[in-house]
Amino acid sequence: MSKNIKFLGLLLTLIIIFIILLKGLNVSKDYSNEKLKSKIDFSLNAKKLFSDEIINISDLFDKNSPSVVNIWASWCAPCREEHQFLMKLKDMNINIIGINYKDSPKNAKNFLSSLGNPYSEVITDNDGTKSIEFGAIGVPETFIISGKTNEIIKKYIGPLTSENLIEIKNLLEKNA
Amino acid sequence: MSNYLGNYSLYIALIASVYLIFKSYLDANSENKYLDKNFILITSIQTIMITVSFFSLVAAFVISDFSNETVFNNSHTLKPLFYKVSGTWGNHEGSLLLWLLVLSIFLFIFLLNSRSQDTKYKLLTILFQQIIISGFLVFILLTSNPFKMLYPIPSEGLGLNPILQDPALAIHPPILYLGYVGTSIIFSASLASMISGNIGDKWARHIKKWVLVSWVFLTIGILLGSIWAYYELGWGGFWFWDPVENVSLMPWFCLTALLHTVIVLQKRNSFKEWTIILSITTFSLSMSGTFLVRSGILNSIHTFANDPSRGLYILSFLFILILMSILIFFFNQNKISNKAKENFILSKETAILVNNWFMMFFLSVVLVGTIYPIFLEVLNGSKISVGPPFYHNLLIPFLIPFLIFMSFGPSLKWIKDKLKKFNYNILIIFLVSLLISYVILTKTENSFLLSIPLIVLSIYLLLVTIKDFFVSKSSISQKISHFGFSLLITSILLNGLFSNEFNSNMKVGDERIFNDKVVKLKEVNVKDVDNYKSLKASFEVTNKNSSFALYPEVRIYQQPLTITSEADIKTTLFSDNFLVFNILKDDGYYNVRYQYKPLMIWIWISTIFIGFGGLLSVIRKNEQKY
Repeated sequence: MSKNIKFLGLLLTLIIIFIILLKGLNVSKDYSNEKLKSKIDFSLNAKKLFSDEIINISDLFDKNSPSVVNIWASWCAPCREEHQFLMKLKDMNINIIGINYKDSPKNAKNFLSSLGNPYSEVITDNDGTKSIEFGAIGVPETFIISGKTNEIIKKYIGPLTSENLIEIKNLLEKNA
Repeated sequence: MSNYLGNYSLYIALIASVYLIFKSYLDANSENKYLDKNFILITSIQTIMITVSFFSLVAAFVISDFSNETVFNNSHTLKPLFYKVSGTWGNHEGSLLLWLLVLSIFLFIFLLNSRSQDTKYKLLTILFQQIIISGFLVFILLTSNPFKMLYPIPSEGLGLNPILQDPALAIHPPILYLGYVGTSIIFSASLASMISGNIGDKWARHIKKWVLVSWVFLTIGILLGSIWAYYELGWGGFWFWDPVENVSLMPWFCLTALLHTVIVLQKRNSFKEWTIILSITTFSLSMSGTFLVRSGILNSIHTFANDPSRGLYILSFLFILILMSILIFFFNQNKISNKAKENFILSKETAILVNNWFMMFFLSVVLVGTIYPIFLEVLNGSKISVGPPFYHNLLIPFLIPFLIFMSFGPSLKWIKDKLKKFNYNILIIFLVSLLISYVILTKTENSFLLSIPLIVLSIYLLLVTIKDFFVSKSSISQKISHFGFSLLITSILLNGLFSNEFNSNMKVGDERIFNDKVVKLKEVNVKDVDNYKSLKASFEVTNKNSSFALYPEVRIYQQPLTITSEADIKTTLFSDNFLVFNILKDDGYYNVRYQYKPLMIWIWISTIFIGFGGLLSVIRKNEQKY
């Protein structure tokens, strides 16, 4: 009898895991997809990297045009690689907001002073929770977010490449 | 031509598989004393067909036959021959074909190697192994056929990713697969022995070889992946707790536990059910690894394939196999004769059991860190990110009791050991390790309270394992593996404690002082090479009494514009010096990152020791002592 209970318990657990993984398959499908339209919670507060001043996230966004949000860290090697492309975006006069992920302020400032600062504003995310609110799963990640509707228009997981630059520019113009 | 050949030999192999499944099922239920000659014949035909199929894909890669879609997507005429060949398994379709090839070859070797075993047991092993083989065959033919044709035939292929052109990466997947697939034999064999009721010391001796072989390949496969990440990615680390890395580590923990348990089974004829459970779990973890990597359910930088139908197939197949094994386990449990044996707290059996607990704990931590984010996302839509701090905080404190246990567990006797009189050797070794740790820890300022016992214990364990070479009666392979493990832990700890780096902007002629070294940028040479522009810098690092040069490089590819940095690493027995530079703007300044990583090479060497011990145990016959 107890053997049967063990067996049924194991079977039930297995079925639950199966269903969850099955659903997981479908979730991750529209993850990197352009159809993704989740919203960003604009009521969040965050601390600025350079001034220690606490601000509301919505203040960072331009209400009339979309902005680029980039999640980065000084310890992250791919971030270093993609940095040159962020600098190019800055040269194209594109507003980039940086989220500094689980980093020490000293290292983060060093990183920006030696490689250049492409961001109009950098907010700190010491415990990783801000990035989670954006739906990030790692660094680097780049979002294009509409200032009007707070919707994520596009999301890039991993470092940006030179092909992405043109795409970002086009997307920004289209959604302006 | 090779497309047709490869495709149709897979169909023939599938027919052979179906035949073998029915034949072995029928024969296992009859009371035949001998294995039908047809089994060896059909199995060899199947193995040959899969080999033919695999090599026709290799041939298509070598001659750059772009009528084949897999070749078109993953190869290029300009690739060196070596990377054309390794490109065969560098993609989803080809790597599955390699899985299949290893599966069938292993079954064939198993048949040749187990003549003395019971016929029913052999038949059932063939049955389970063929179920797995046919599952993979159908998977390949339905969702990932490597022989899809393209028309019109393209004139050039797409794949020329320079980051994947690396010798370690070329042999890393096949070695890892040998480990993964080896666990399939253990899985089939343990299910078969469960039904035929022959679990015992004789079976343990027979299956131990397969456990060892899989374990050695898995160890070396993980090592190669880590070496690739360190040298080629140039991120300055050897383990990133990336989900794809974790997926190879989980079966390793399980297999290490099994490796120890199977010895108890062989010597003391106990832990029977636990051995079976571990065998099933190890294979399930290897299969789940394939599922997690290939389905795209994980969001990792490593995963590219995003085809949900593939994910669905592997998931269903995986669960059918697990369900089947659970059914077999529960309905044959009564066949296991468990004569109650006395167990004493102070015995080798208990020590191995404790080793198993630790392995299961490490496994659970990595498992939770890897799949919990998926679960949470499905259950309530929230997203969490799990990074190195999670693993470090959960794993490192538990290393302390683990190291203590490992220092005396292996020298305990079977059945029952006595508390010996106080051993002065141990005290001396402990005092020596205290002294060494003191000297080491005074040299660093960033020491945490936790790092003191860790350093002391890892050095203590290292000294004990060295002492064991001269004193202990256990087998030489065990001594080598345990010594390798303690060396690995010590190197990782010291590496973590003493690594440091600086980051600065320099122009030609600049000098920076770092620790007690002077780093000087002497010159930068610009050169046009084939399809990129090369900027090769020449740095001189001067120590108190020596100096060496480092030549990192920046490559600028034009079509499409890609800039890659090639780090230069100077490796000595004591440390690695790692230097990478980047272009800033056109004002003559370069961003320079210099890292000092002590004992880096010992991380690789110690892992080789761990694997070598296992290998020695496979080769040496009559390895009875442990």
